[in-house]
Amino acid sequence: MAEVTFDAVTKRYGDVTAVDRLEMAIPDGELLVLLGPSGCGKTTALRMVAGLEELSEGDITIGNRVVNDVDPKERDVAMVFQSYALYPHLTVAKNVEFPLRQRGMDKAEREKRVLEVARTLGLDDLLDRKPAQLSGGQRQRVALARAIVRDPQVFLMDEPLSNLDATLRVQTRADIVALQHRLGTTTIYVTHDQVEAMTMGNRIAVMDRGVLQQVAPPQDLYDRPANTFVAAFLGSPGMNLLDGELDGTSVRVAGGSIELAEAVPGRDVGASPVTVGVRPEHLRLDAAGTVAATVRLVEMLGAETHVICRLEDGAQLVVRQEAVVERPALGANVRVAVESQSVHVFGADGTRLEGSTR
Amino acid sequence: MTVAVSAGAGREAPAAPRHRSLRSRKKREAALAYLFILPALLIFSVFVFYPFLRNFKLALYENPPYPNLPSHYVGLHQAATVLSSSAFLQSLLSTVLFVLMVVPTGLFLGLALAVAAHRKLQGIAIYRVIFSSTVVSSVAVAALVFGTLMNPVVGLLPWLGINPTPSILQNPTWALPAVALMTVWQFLGLSFIIMSAGLQSVPDDLLEAARIDGASAWTRFWRITVPMLSPTLFFGVVVGTIYAFQSFGQIDILIGPSNAAGVHANVLIYYIYESLQIDNNAGQAAVLSIVLFVITLSLTLVQMRYLERRVTYAR
Repeated sequence: MAEVTFDAVTKRYGDVTAVDRLEMAIPDGELLVLLGPSGCGKTTALRMVAGLEELSEGDITIGNRVVNDVDPKERDVAMVFQSYALYPHLTVAKNVEFPLRQRGMDKAEREKRVLEVARTLGLDDLLDRKPAQLSGGQRQRVALARAIVRDPQVFLMDEPLSNLDATLRVQTRADIVALQHRLGTTTIYVTHDQVEAMTMGNRIAVMDRGVLQQVAPPQDLYDRPANTFVAAFLGSPGMNLLDGELDGTSVRVAGGSIELAEAVPGRDVGASPVTVGVRPEHLRLDAAGTVAATVRLVEMLGAETHVICRLEDGAQLVVRQEAVVERPALGANVRVAVESQSVHVFGADGTRLEGSTR
Repeated sequence: MTVAVSAGAGREAPAAPRHRSLRSRKKREAALAYLFILPALLIFSVFVFYPFLRNFKLALYENPPYPNLPSHYVGLHQAATVLSSSAFLQSLLSTVLFVLMVVPTGLFLGLALAVAAHRKLQGIAIYRVIFSSTVVSSVAVAALVFGTLMNPVVGLLPWLGINPTPSILQNPTWALPAVALMTVWQFLGLSFIIMSAGLQSVPDDLLEAARIDGASAWTRFWRITVPMLSPTLFFGVVVGTIYAFQSFGQIDILIGPSNAAGVHANVLIYYIYESLQIDNNAGQAAVLSIVLFVITLSLTLVQMRYLERRVTYAR
């Protein structure tokens, strides 16, 4: 078990910078989720920890040891691949045993460990099967078993649930969290699925185009996104972002204005262009609302309804309301009320202005 | 299918006409298909199917020792004589030796080259072209080049101090290995291509997983790559064996019929040629051809069964 740190870690492929000066420390025992859209550099960052990619610049340390030039097998990390990467010609038992064998562990000890791990993951009846004879969920568990059997310092998981069906994914998600909690092994978990990230991570690191955007516990990330990218990426649907003009404690937007609970420090004199963000659940349709809009689409999801509105300048505004609330007609002109406690204000460059509430 | 169509049709229109039109459409399609394969079928019939069948008849007739006399029916007697003759056994032995020299060496070198070229390096494509280029070289040209290299007077080998007496290609010990060497060289391109294709089908993440699991390059090769390649290797063995069985040009050019060492390099396919062209013994040639056919066929059948079993590798 160990702390993992990224110190100005950069990876370039020719002219493309896949990871740009990544700075991050993952304390011992934490489950950190690397979250971002495809191509954001999260998998590259993970592979650099594993030793499958070389660093262009910077240092990665595992347990106070700089591992830049350390061979993968010497790093004492275990990885679960998206494809599971099970050895198809070996039985489940041999697959799980493989890393132990490479470490020269004696046979009796190997068998004991394999059986132990197989019991933990409910694989004891499958030990003699080949991977091709297993279901997706079973393969996934074999991949996990192969990772934990060695008791490594760090687990690396590269979208391990993306090949499972939805039900199994929810179940396995919880299993992995419980397992990680019990073993207390530092874990870096890569995913593009924000629900996975929110439900699994002690902290989430959001990346975009190779650049780390924010690292924070899930709720903080949701409540106080550092910039418009994080704000829009998290949440389903994401945060509504409107261009506006900040003037004192209100932001003028197309079709009305949004009141803030308090002024933004340093921006309290004169008007300045900002992006204002409000999550769909902090909006409601109300005749006394401050923003005028037209209803374009109503999506019913059972427990809740998404009302997709358009402002007069064409910007889109999603209002989330309980299913029991009366639904507006398509094309209706409505007014939208905003909870002033829950308004986020971002500067023209997209970064959060300190003092935005929540 | 038919049931569904007639059931569905029953509600809207009488079933019978619909049924018939479907059947006649199928017939028309089949006729068209046969029309398309007709040219190939004709050519194959004349040059492959007819000679193939005729060969079985030939094997039952014995040619007289003098030309222009009629051959006569002897049944399986001729096959028994030929197959128990020392010349045939010697030929079979030479063939097996030849295959053993060519196939493992050719496959191993092909695999080695494929592994060497299986990496992301700038300019590696040039090496891939070079390594696979022997596929397009002609046997005659290759044989002439190797013949020159082994020439006792002007060749490369004598220049290197390797010059046994009698000279390599006349030498009972070295004639067959010399031809095998050239055949390995020529087989290398095909072997390289087969092995490269096989390597490409080994998923990278398996090898990466093995790396993280602590396997050395050596272990990764023997414990992951080679087992994953086993269908490819087996395919290579079969293709290589058939290739070696059918190596004719290089033997004709490098050794030839009037060579003292010929009897040691008289592999089956060359023996067939000699029986027919030199000895004018069509019956014997036919028997030998059938032997070669049976060997090749069994190899192919074994391969098909084996590959079918390996389908479980699909993930």
